[in-house]
Formats: sequence, structure tokens, C-alpha cells
Amino acid sequence: MSLFEVTRRMLRRDLLLAYRHRGELANPLVFFLIVVSLFPLSLEPDPKLLATIGSGVIWVAALLATMLSLDAMFRPDFEDGTLEQLMLSPHPVALLVLVRVFAHWLVAGLPLILLSPLLALLMNLPGEALPALLASLALGTPVLSLVGAIGVALTVALRRSGVLLSLLVLPLYIPVLIFGARAVTDAAAGLPWSGPLLFIGALLALALTLAPLAIAGALRISLE
Amino acid sequence: MWVWFHKLGSPKYFWGFSQRLLPWLGALTALSFLAGLALALVFSPPDYQQGETVRIMYIHVPAAMMSMLVYVVMAVAGAILLIWRMKMAEMVAAASAPVGASFTLLALITGSLWGKPMWGTWWAWDARLTSELILLFLYLGYMALYNAIEDRRSAGRAAAVLALVGVINIPIIHYSVEWWYTLHQGPTTRGVRIAGSIHPSMRWPLFTMMIAFNLFYALVLLKRVRCLILQNEKDSAWVRELASEK
Repeated sequence: MSLFEVTRRMLRRDLLLAYRHRGELANPLVFFLIVVSLFPLSLEPDPKLLATIGSGVIWVAALLATMLSLDAMFRPDFEDGTLEQLMLSPHPVALLVLVRVFAHWLVAGLPLILLSPLLALLMNLPGEALPALLASLALGTPVLSLVGAIGVALTVALRRSGVLLSLLVLPLYIPVLIFGARAVTDAAAGLPWSGPLLFIGALLALALTLAPLAIAGALRISLE
Repeated sequence: MWVWFHKLGSPKYFWGFSQRLLPWLGALTALSFLAGLALALVFSPPDYQQGETVRIMYIHVPAAMMSMLVYVVMAVAGAILLIWRMKMAEMVAAASAPVGASFTLLALITGSLWGKPMWGTWWAWDARLTSELILLFLYLGYMALYNAIEDRRSAGRAAAVLALVGVINIPIIHYSVEWWYTLHQGPTTRGVRIAGSIHPSMRWPLFTMMIAFNLFYALVLLKRVRCLILQNEKDSAWVRELASEK
């Protein structure tokens, strides 16, 4: 089978599996919504205050929601042995895991982006901030998926890895969080926001090139 | 050189080599600490602005320096482990992690003690403080992963991958934090900038302390690695012989 055919079939399989488990997909989204709505409840529902912290809150919630969905990336395949078959494939494993991460982003990252305008409304973000929020999430969530995949690949062989995974991955998420929240805050203040966005783009380029190698290496170690 | 390097990769050779090195290293560490502390606490002048509190610097700066150096050592050892599969590299990395985390914690604590009289606060979200804190998180993650995996061999290699990912991320994290900070608030009065701008009467005590910290790390590392060797090689003939001798 050609590499193209393999990636096409993998993508199709992953998306089909995700579609058959639609209920699970909604959970991180609901979590995203709940976390964000906790903030107005725990502070004051003062529109000005919410607008100032909104960008940060939405980004932190996106980070946490991504964390929740990460484990599904490799664990089911690890448990039923599919992952070992993937390792035996004659095609470069780094490319195959990139397909997997892309599929994961399509079903876990993209919905977060689509939901974010609603949250921007809840957090009283000004309309000018919306393009920046969408753009920064569009560039940032793939980085979260890629970096998170390294963590999952390292911990997939462990039985209870939830807390450990967040311990490994969250510190690495900090740059994305900083630039993402920055872009939205700048846009809300009417400042040019292309700078932070370019930084996230650079992070994405770096993660796209290096992370698949690390994921493939980590999976090999985990499967030993 | 290469032959020696390869020999050092054998736990048995390392054991004998470190046995001979340890007394010298111990003596040198003690000497440099004595000299450094004497210079720092007695013979260096108090700062004209900060008074006696400047002496915290002689612990704080070397600790902060070591916290980063040790992480790099871990990453290099990790790379050696992944590329050449050297057993000793895994032990060096594993033995370094708690030491590095302690240095990071020490840097944070002394920094906080220094910050209280100088900046009037225990903690500020300053770029360097923040990246040091994140470095501590990275150390803790490394140790958590290493201890969570039961199979020792794959634990070492998985942790090595994490250390390499971390070492690529450290500069990114550092600059993103710095950049975030500079936009957030104007620069507060920083303590003392190290490079060049420090007076010789303080530079030499600081250098001595830095050397002392390096030697201390080497000493602790050797001791910890020797413990790991005994643990990992407990079934080999020479370790049994060693145990029966005593």
C-alpha cells in the first residue's frame, strides 16, 4: 500500500471511530463550557472584570479540555494492540502518528474553536477580540495536540497516567498559553495582535517538525 | 580518550574509577566551600544599597546556575542513552534529577528570601522567577515519569525523551515568559547583573562559590551514581564479591 493510501485509510478509520463514539467527544466540550462558567460564579459577574480576564480564562480552559481528550489518542490502540501493528508498518512511524494527531485535533481541537465564540460572549469579550481568539486557537490547539501526544506516548504503557500526564505536559503548554492569551488581550485593547500570533505560528512549525519524531520515539520505548 | 570514555560506560570500571576520585573530590569540595563561604560572608564588602542581604547572592546565583546546568547534563546524558544505549548515562541522568530539583528549589527559596527585603515581596511574577518555577515543574515531571515506569530500562529511556523535549522547550519558555513580562509591567529594580558589571570584590567570592557548587554537584552525583550502580548491578558477580568482602 502506498503511503498516501495508508494515511488516507488511517484518517478515515480514526474519524469513523470518533464518529461512532460521539458521546465521548462532547465531554471535553461540556467541560470547557463548565470551567469557563465557573469563573464568573467565583468572582463577580462584573462585565469589565470578565472582559479583562476572559482571554486568559478561555485559553486555560482550552488547555485543560485538551488535556482531558489527550489520553484517547493512543490508549485504546495500545490496549487492543493496534499500536504495535502500526509500529510494524513499513512506512515511517513519525508520519503515521502525525496523521493520528491530526485526526485527534479534528475531533477534539476543532470543536473547541467552534465553541469559543459562545464563551467569548459569556466572558463579555469585545467583538474585536473574536478574530484573534479564533486565529490563536486555530494555530495553538494543534500545538497542544502535538506536544500532548508526546506525553501520551510516554505514559501510554502506565495504568493510571492521568495526573502524571498533566504534570508532564502542562509546563510545556505555557508558551502557547502566554502567546494565545496575549493575542486576544491585545486585540481586545485595540492593539495590533499579529506579533503573538506569529509566535504561535512559529511554535506550530517547530512542533510539526520535531514532535512527530519524539512521539514515534516515545511510542517505541513504551511498547518495548 | 574514546577508549576511556567507553570504559567509563562500564559500571564496574566506573565504580573503581569513582572510588579513587571520591576522596580528592570531597577534599576539593570542602576546601572550595570553606574558601567561598569565608570570602562571601566575611571578606566581601556589603553592598552600598542592599547592605548585608547581598550575601544571599553567593548562594542564590550559583544555585540558579546549577539548576540549569544540571538539566542540560540530564538532557545530554539522555541523548547519549538514546543514541549509544550506555547504561551509565541513564544512571547519571536519573541521579542528577533530584539534585537539580533541589538546586532549583534552593534558588527559589533564597530568591524569595532576598526578594522580601529588596523588592518588599516574597514573590513577584518576574520573568526569571517564573522560568525558574517552570524549571522546577519540569524536574518534578521528569522524576514522576521516571518513578512511575516500573521497567527500569524503559523508564530511563522515556525520561530521556522527556528531558530532550524539555531542553528544547526551556529557551522557548524562558523567552516567552520574558516577553510576557516585559509587556505586562515596567522593569522593576533587578538585583545585581552578573556579567561584567559586578565589582571584583564581589566577583571573586561569587566565582569561588560557583566552583564550590559545581564540585558539590559532581560529588553528590558520583555518590548517587555509585548507589544506583550497586542497585542495578546487584546480580552481577563483582557486586556480590564486593558485598561478601565487607
